[in-house]
Amino acid sequence: MNKAIITVVGQDTVGIIARVCTYLSAHKVNVLDISQTIIDGFFNMMMIVDYSNTDKEFGEVVDDLDKLGEEIGVRIRCQREEIFTKMHRV
Amino acid sequence: MLNIMEVHETNKMIEQEKLDVRTITMGISLLDCAADSVDEVCENIYNKITTYAKDLVSTGKAIERDYGIPIVNKRITVTPISLVGASSCKSSEDFVKIAHALDRAAKKVGVDLIGGYSALVSKSMTPAEEMLIRSLPQALSETDIVCSSVNVGSTKTGIDMNSVELLGHIIKDIAHATADNDSYGCVKFVAFCNAPDDNPFMAGGFHGVTEGDAVINVGVSGPGVVSRALDEAKGKDFEFLCETIKRTAFKITRVGQLVAQEASRRLGIPFGIIDLSLAPTPAVGDSVGEVLEKIGLEQVGAPGTTAALAMLNDQVKKGGIMASSYVGGLSGAFIPVSEDKNMIDAATNGCLKIEKLEAMTCVCSVGLDMIAIPGDTTASTISGIIADEAAIGMVNQKTTAVRVIPVEGKGVGEMANFGGLMGYAPIIPVNQTSCEAFVTRGGRIPAPIHSFKN
Repeated sequence: MNKAIITVVGQDTVGIIARVCTYLSAHKVNVLDISQTIIDGFFNMMMIVDYSNTDKEFGEVVDDLDKLGEEIGVRIRCQREEIFTKMHRV
Repeated sequence: MLNIMEVHETNKMIEQEKLDVRTITMGISLLDCAADSVDEVCENIYNKITTYAKDLVSTGKAIERDYGIPIVNKRITVTPISLVGASSCKSSEDFVKIAHALDRAAKKVGVDLIGGYSALVSKSMTPAEEMLIRSLPQALSETDIVCSSVNVGSTKTGIDMNSVELLGHIIKDIAHATADNDSYGCVKFVAFCNAPDDNPFMAGGFHGVTEGDAVINVGVSGPGVVSRALDEAKGKDFEFLCETIKRTAFKITRVGQLVAQEASRRLGIPFGIIDLSLAPTPAVGDSVGEVLEKIGLEQVGAPGTTAALAMLNDQVKKGGIMASSYVGGLSGAFIPVSEDKNMIDAATNGCLKIEKLEAMTCVCSVGLDMIAIPGDTTASTISGIIADEAAIGMVNQKTTAVRVIPVEGKGVGEMANFGGLMGYAPIIPVNQTSCEAFVTRGGRIPAPIHSFKN
């Protein structure tokens, strides 16, 4: 399994999760977990996904989601999981 | 499983607190590039660098994108050129040809800087090493991204005062050769004592002869992250303060370790070391000076600065050591005046003086770094500054260095601007009392005794 973390930060609007999930399903990225909360007054959503079977290069997924975020008006980041696990797990 | 607060914390470090990997540096041995003619050496060097490092920049960018962590610089270090060119270079001009070959190769592969136009003369100079040192004003003024260093002493050998004396004149000549640009050439040169073989940072990085054919070394950064973490420690005791710094240093270093291993795997080149230094930039909030001020000083330079820095440096190492499989390079808090907003401010208003900076170098990496001094400072005074700093390194068994810029045509109080990460600095006064009779004696200062340490 190759896990990545997708984060969405910005103003909450209708359909953010739907649009992200539509993209992910079109490119065979499997969603494992979703959580959301408000931090410092901003909507924060985090998805843990498995990109083992995606039909795209990982870097393209990163760029596509970045562009999708610009369209919706939120910041979408997609990062390989290890940067978080290395930092927070001994 | 990861939780949203942990993910938020990491991304906040990157986006708001300027956490980055300062450099991925590929060390390349050029020992096998030596040949009979200097043109052949240049060709060998160009070919080896452009083959080994051809994917360095693109790999760095791909890692940056995959993990969402900025990697600010991609750099190359090479074997000290005084060794590589010794068999073929018959004059300083021959060495300059090699400097141009390094510059061309580095530009071809797209790296930011290349280090290793260096000489290791801790006991005394060979003719080739002296030629390389004498070539520096021309080499550093005619090339753009070549960096140079000279190791003038070590704990085991003492200090070669002949090269210290020569370097005073050479630094003045470099300043003169690049006078149009605030003597920028001096930014690309550093004099060391106890120079490490695996330093990924510039200007002092070179690929030591103890290293393998090629290696990946990584320097992390993150004074901004430490600074924000210290907001929690306000008013708390030293135990709490130290724990906070250690925890933060651990997290920062783990990112460096991840990037280093990934770069090593993708490039098929062994991982060398992580350099645990806190490296500031002139940007607001990315300052070691700010960290020291949050520890409790009104401004850097106040009494207590040396103790605060000693503690900071030690905690960064204690936190970082466990986060990485191999630690090396300089590994300590950097205090480059022109690259640190709060140090620039403290030097400008006179709170931070060169004598205090010298004291600070006793407890941290790496030395008198990026300090602009008056253009009329004499060569012997610069040699005296180098000798003092080298003596601190020699006696304390640590790396020390001098990167001062005697800005031609400018005096105390004026500003020198070096651009970009190199920053800007006020020209600060230097004690001009003569030490000429001392530095011109000739010969070397013997190695110190290694016992009776009081």
